[in-house]
Amino acid sequence: MLLQATDVAFSYHRHAIRRGVPVPLVLRGISVVVPHGSVVGLLGPNGSGKTTLLKVLSGTLAPTAGTILLDGTPLGSYSRRALARRLAVVPQDTHTAFDYTVLDMVLMGRYAWLGPFELEGPDDRDAALAALEATGTSHLASRLFPTLSGGEKQRVVIASALAQLDIRNGLRAGSSETRRPLLFLDEPTASLDLRYQLECATLLERLHEQHDVTMVLSTHDLRLVQAICDSVVLLREGRVLAAGPTAEVLSPAAVSALYDVDTPLVEQLLA
Amino acid sequence: MMLLRRRRTIVIAGLASTLVAVVLAPFAGSTSIAVARVFDPSVPFADNLDAQIFFLARLPRALAAAVVGGTLAAAGVVFQGLLQNPLTTPYTLGVSAGASLGAMCAITFGAWLPFGTVTAASLAGAGLAVFIVYALARARHRGISTTVLLLAGVTLNAFFSALILFVQYVSDFAQTFRAIRWLMGDLDVAGYATLGAAAPLLLVAFAVFAWIARPLDLLTLGADAAASRGVDVTTVQRAAFFSASLATGAAVSIAGPIGFVGIIVPHLVRLVVGADHRIVLPAATCLGATFLVLCDTIARTVLAPLELPVGIITAVIGGPFFLWLLLRAR
Repeated sequence: MLLQATDVAFSYHRHAIRRGVPVPLVLRGISVVVPHGSVVGLLGPNGSGKTTLLKVLSGTLAPTAGTILLDGTPLGSYSRRALARRLAVVPQDTHTAFDYTVLDMVLMGRYAWLGPFELEGPDDRDAALAALEATGTSHLASRLFPTLSGGEKQRVVIASALAQLDIRNGLRAGSSETRRPLLFLDEPTASLDLRYQLECATLLERLHEQHDVTMVLSTHDLRLVQAICDSVVLLREGRVLAAGPTAEVLSPAAVSALYDVDTPLVEQLLA
Repeated sequence: MMLLRRRRTIVIAGLASTLVAVVLAPFAGSTSIAVARVFDPSVPFADNLDAQIFFLARLPRALAAAVVGGTLAAAGVVFQGLLQNPLTTPYTLGVSAGASLGAMCAITFGAWLPFGTVTAASLAGAGLAVFIVYALARARHRGISTTVLLLAGVTLNAFFSALILFVQYVSDFAQTFRAIRWLMGDLDVAGYATLGAAAPLLLVAFAVFAWIARPLDLLTLGADAAASRGVDVTTVQRAAFFSASLATGAAVSIAGPIGFVGIIVPHLVRLVVGADHRIVLPAATCLGATFLVLCDTIARTVLAPLELPVGIITAVIGGPFFLWLLLRAR
């Protein structure tokens, strides 16, 4: 198992927990398994805890209770840089305060591979160019990131994550780390028009098949889940409502219960 | 390799322009001096008026302008990266207001204070401001809340400004005149000793700047994005805040709160070299140094023999530039 979360709970009121004060939990009793080479979808209404769960699973937030193992080792025992070389996160939106070029943005993904004062070398540049190519954004390399469309930005941020995971075949020179990259995506198709949604779905499918990238993605897009997810976790009010293979779990009845909508409507969406 | 070459080229060109400005600036002034006489070894230094003007009056002033200009520009870059806001200045978080309050107290109540000099008092005031803002930004947060940092800084600026007005109100005419001259920003008081005293603080600050240059790029994507790429966000935020505050406090203690250098220069540099902090920081340092040396030369010569405080020149150039930036941003 690549990633295994067992009985995970999380609260944003960390100080109160230390003082023993009862606090509201955003996540409760969450258990998730992510086998190597799979695509796992997180579905749930707004406020169900999808983004928080992604942050906890990716090590950005530490769980209040429970354990998370990456390749059998607790997530907390990895150094920040070691963890960043194994897993990357694509957030819902990316804004930059300054005008970075697309190549700058992708090269930022190489931070975890460099020493404190080290500059990117030819190997890092190769990794960035490979990531740009994999996402079909090579022609944008010299453009300024803020001038891109929403769909282009999303693909560039995915490219930066791929440069971080180093998706090139084989081991990096001098590195003995296991190459089993894990990519977290927070609502990757939200705020994209239909064309970019389809492009994004195709891109994710290709990355999964050609580059052996394991993915965990949160989304409201039922068709995306149907198209690319091997398994799905239904979240509601910070708890797992149902989890398992997509074909079994993503039934009209389960989805209508998840979102509080009429079953016939869901049947049309899933048809 | 490309980045390394580019950085080396920019640093060499920047250092050369700063060096040229620092060496040439002392030759301009209300009293003209001759190059040949300044460096004439046959005339003893005690009898060489040109050499005395060059080495004792104008060169330390030009060096102070370079050090203060470079420091304010670099601190501006770091604060803008930390707060993810290109309109931040080194003075936004209240460091200069604290330094100014310290200086005002030393000017007005100097005889009763344990630390007599204006420089030491302004450093102490800057330290107090940094402590208060940091304590507020840390309260109830895992790391540093940049929103609270900004709000606390703006509030502290207003509060310290009120205290500065109070101190001025109770001071006599001579003290008020001296205080206002200090607040305008002036390199007149600078000498080698002041620069020597500030040097260790500035060396520490610049060493930290070099270390946090790349993490600052990632911080501008947001704290979570930076953390997921392997950045220790809290440590970098702390390092950026304390090093930029230390540098600003040292610069203000040398020359008073000279405005606009910390915002004009970073913007100009980004327009030319892009946004990568590993290039922006050294480039802004060199350009800030050159810019302030030029402004100070204008301040000393434009109404000669009257010398204007350099803060007036930077504000006259900086004000319209800032408005242009705002219009351009829209």
